[in-house]
Amino acid sequence: MPNTTQERLKAEARGLNFFYNGGIQALKNINMPIYDNRVTALIGPSGCGKSTYLRSFNRMHDLYPGNRYEGEIRFYPDDTNLLAPEVDPIEVRMRVGMVFQKPNPFPKSIYENVAYGLRVRGERNRRMLDDKVEHALRGAALWDEVKDRLQDLASNLSGGQQQRLCIARALATDPELLLFDEPTSALDPIATGAIEELVHELKKRVTILIVTHNMQQAARVSDYTAYMFLGEMIEFGKTDEIFIKPKDRRTEDYITGRMG
Amino acid sequence: MQTVSSTTGVQISNTGSGYISARLSHNAMRHWNERLIETVLFLAAALSVLTTLGIVYILVSESIHFFARISIVDFLTDTQWTPLFDDAHFGIMVLVSGTLVSSLVALLVAIPVGTTIAIYLSEFAGSRVREIAKPILELLGGIPTIVYGYFALLVVTPILQWALPNLPGFSLLSAGFVMGIMIVPYIASLSEDAMRAVPMSLREGAYAMGSSRLYTAIHVVIPAALSGLAASYVLAVSRAVGETMILAVAAGMQPNLTWNPMEPAATITSYIVQVALGDLPHGSIGYQTIFAAGLTLLLITLMFNIVGQWLRAKYKENY
Repeated sequence: MPNTTQERLKAEARGLNFFYNGGIQALKNINMPIYDNRVTALIGPSGCGKSTYLRSFNRMHDLYPGNRYEGEIRFYPDDTNLLAPEVDPIEVRMRVGMVFQKPNPFPKSIYENVAYGLRVRGERNRRMLDDKVEHALRGAALWDEVKDRLQDLASNLSGGQQQRLCIARALATDPELLLFDEPTSALDPIATGAIEELVHELKKRVTILIVTHNMQQAARVSDYTAYMFLGEMIEFGKTDEIFIKPKDRRTEDYITGRMG
Repeated sequence: MQTVSSTTGVQISNTGSGYISARLSHNAMRHWNERLIETVLFLAAALSVLTTLGIVYILVSESIHFFARISIVDFLTDTQWTPLFDDAHFGIMVLVSGTLVSSLVALLVAIPVGTTIAIYLSEFAGSRVREIAKPILELLGGIPTIVYGYFALLVVTPILQWALPNLPGFSLLSAGFVMGIMIVPYIASLSEDAMRAVPMSLREGAYAMGSSRLYTAIHVVIPAALSGLAASYVLAVSRAVGETMILAVAAGMQPNLTWNPMEPAATITSYIVQVALGDLPHGSIGYQTIFAAGLTLLLITLMFNIVGQWLRAKYKENY
């Protein structure tokens, strides 16, 4: 294990198994730390379970019947088990934000998209909403592009702008952990660059867990990297070490392009 | 004339006339088949268009005879509708008011109930419940309207009279209420389709923000499905405006200019069915009122359809 003594834990998966409806096991005994204010990248070939793992952190699997978790995801500083049946998934999602693969702005104005999470939490104060919307849009590096048309429909924005809007939407409620599920796979290189820069900027405010198919992206944006294969966590470590001298043969094969 | 036989055995003429290759003649045959199919399809489409045009033609031409004898101003402003009396009046507003009031009552019942059912089926019900509930709901739409009419007259009116002692035996309220029940399955079914068509990614985005099922349904799914919902409401309006038997049975058939649903009144449709069943001589003014009333009904329906198209364009799926 790399020297991580100065790091603070934000979350930790312990003995995590996951079964999809029908009993197919998608995650096998995952043990992995997520460090506070760091970017952790999940890499691995398609179908390796990295998105399944990511979606466990905000209990998205609860939306579909028959899915089952085993094990724990401890969440700090309060040491809650996010997967405990008595923990309300809505409470979990209030603390853990998510940005999806395809930009999915709501059929509302730019302003209302960003204010959505605040309104869900019952915020009514107009000044408070205005402030937080602006703050979130600035945080997502979108404010200058949209400040004059906040009432326009979000669907009029370009794909890259829509994805930054979705990031602003997630940021507006000050999540503690932000999940990114291949956030740039539907974007062109310029928009991708903007999002990557943003991720780098955001880790000052929030812990980030990002799934990516793009190894260069993982190397560019993350502090820690985990390589997953067939539902197992093969290797976890500092990104530099994973990419420069991976310990496991399978990790090496994957990042050098011999496999996957 | 020289011909060259290629390796595939196809005859190629180099003189420009005479031979058609086997392959080309096969293509020509296929072309004729295509033409035949195209013609059949075109005739099928043309049939419905021609029928519509024919109906419009009859309505308009007969109405012209009517309006040659009665001025349009009288038709629109007169407050009495007594076309078969000696002192004949032709104020269509009398029938329009009955039509609009009963339709409004129906929509006030059908839109909230139908939309609620659609939200439940689309966002809350499990797949088993949906598979059972939806066909049963659609069965409601298959009940003959005359059955609904007697249901209104013999069941709903007495129940309403228990709550509203002043309600007469025939009323727009009772007929409209049952008409609303009849329309519920249309709205529920079409709205549910529209809401289910909203991509899951949009819902996941809403849930990921910590919203509940109901909040997601109201604030994300419904706005996304608005054009489909609007389409289902417009269809409901057309059904309500054109509905005949329920009103003929349960709303009374005396012409009555009223905006009060607690009164009995004739509607355009119930007037037409009443008069058409009688033995009016062809060409008489009474006979021509059928067409003038029918034309009015057509124009009202057309107006709602245009509004519906406009709504659909305005709120086209933006996801």
